[in-house]
Amino acid sequence: MGILNKLDNSVEQFESGNIIITSMDKLLNWSRLSSMWQMFFGLACCAIEMMATSASHYDLDRFGIIPRPSPRHVDIILISGTVTLKMATRIKRLYDEMPAPKYILSMGSCANCGGPYWEHGYHVLKGIDRIIPVDVYVPGCPPRPEALLEGLIKLQERIRNQSLAKHIA
Amino acid sequence: MAELRTEEMILNMGPQHPSTHGVLRLVLTLNGEIVEEVKPVLGYLHRCFEKHAEAMTYPQVIPYTDRMDYLNAMSNELAYVLAVEKLLGIEVPERVEYIRVIMAELQRIASHLVAIGTYGNDSGAMTPFLYCFMDREKVLELFEIVCGARMLYNYIWVGGLSHDITPEFITKTKELVKYLRPRMKMINNLLSYNKIFIERTAKIGILPPEVAINAGVSGPTLRGSGVKYDLRKSDPYSIYNKFDFDICVGTGERGVVGDCWNRYIVRAYEIEQSLRIIEQAIDSIPEGDVQSAVPKRVKPVAGESYVRTESPKGELGYYIISDGSLNPYRVKARSPSFCNISVINQISRGHMIADVVMILGSFDIVLGCIDR
Repeated sequence: MGILNKLDNSVEQFESGNIIITSMDKLLNWSRLSSMWQMFFGLACCAIEMMATSASHYDLDRFGIIPRPSPRHVDIILISGTVTLKMATRIKRLYDEMPAPKYILSMGSCANCGGPYWEHGYHVLKGIDRIIPVDVYVPGCPPRPEALLEGLIKLQERIRNQSLAKHIA
Repeated sequence: MAELRTEEMILNMGPQHPSTHGVLRLVLTLNGEIVEEVKPVLGYLHRCFEKHAEAMTYPQVIPYTDRMDYLNAMSNELAYVLAVEKLLGIEVPERVEYIRVIMAELQRIASHLVAIGTYGNDSGAMTPFLYCFMDREKVLELFEIVCGARMLYNYIWVGGLSHDITPEFITKTKELVKYLRPRMKMINNLLSYNKIFIERTAKIGILPPEVAINAGVSGPTLRGSGVKYDLRKSDPYSIYNKFDFDICVGTGERGVVGDCWNRYIVRAYEIEQSLRIIEQAIDSIPEGDVQSAVPKRVKPVAGESYVRTESPKGELGYYIISDGSLNPYRVKARSPSFCNISVINQISRGHMIADVVMILGSFDIVLGCIDR
């Protein structure tokens, strides 16, 4: 059984595997991190690297990450590119439309801190964390697909350590 | 029976919409399923390239041109660098010219592969997208060999190149040319001549040549309407006049001239022409130093220059005014996507909502190029 391999030694089996006992935290976290559906949403240059990552060569599907076009379907949103002030209000709204639990990955220098546009960009939001909370930052301009994958694995680790009882920052 | 009360409906498409290729917003006025008016709303990716350019020195502007049309960074660099070199009045070594042409054509292939793949995705075919991105990955690998970057290179410098090419690059490029020909045949069979795809795109969004010319449409979008206009032939820059290749135009092989299918197929055919140029160029690269003409300080005399090039999206031009200082006084970019999108209202009227997606995809727009 796949679930038994993924959930670690806290799983107990009875009745030759028909009944398993584990903690709610472990089961919830395991299911959340194994199917992080992603918002099909690109902003700028980084969006092309995001597409390249989800295409055949790097293949995001193996992490259970599938792009969905509606914010109602998704668990994670990748902020992939320059966030202009005009777009920032829309991103805030999309974020609010997502059902909890929701996670945010800020991809690339522009989304992290304004990137090459931080100095003269009167129109660029200097970091997406000014409007929505970010879980993982991936640096790069644009980050390589390998870097994005690393960021997503870090996010999975983060989800694995969540607890219903206590909030882990 | 009393007459049915009907009224127009306003539908908002974007800025978050999977088929707007970025953050374009379209406001559609609908009569039932029929589109009455399409109004593009721009500015969601306005990064003020032109204002940035005024605060930078000439070489520092090159990375910003990369980020303008991020699918064909090499062509953007080439156009800007040619404009600066014209202002400076410097000649670059023959070797540099050859490598630049090879890079620009490789970039054209990569850009067209994305255009074909995402167009298939727009029409509901996921598989061609995966195949195209697989092949694009092979082109990006070549760029990685020469300059280390995958997408945004800063490779073409004023007066030269940042790195010389390696023997590995030459052998791998030759392998790619051999590899891509049968692949393109396969993609054509998979998508271009697929009955469902033709039904979706043929006779949709017909752009008459006179409308296209009036609106300043260029590139494959113009050639799809049967106009034989390609700056590589009509106004050759760099060393394009040395190579033998054809201008691909929409011939109405399927559908009618100027429809979505013809605009699309021009891109598929152009990949073959780019391969031909690369084949001719790769064997005749002369020896030389790629940085021998790079100036220590780029400080042109007061004046102005305009250079236009054929980018994969269309006619890309840079107009630079110099006041004799280290920074450009003004840089104006004439971006192809911005002019191409201007005809969308005219040719979408009377079509269904789903066709607007196909029409938009057939322009192959990049929002970084539209909003700049």
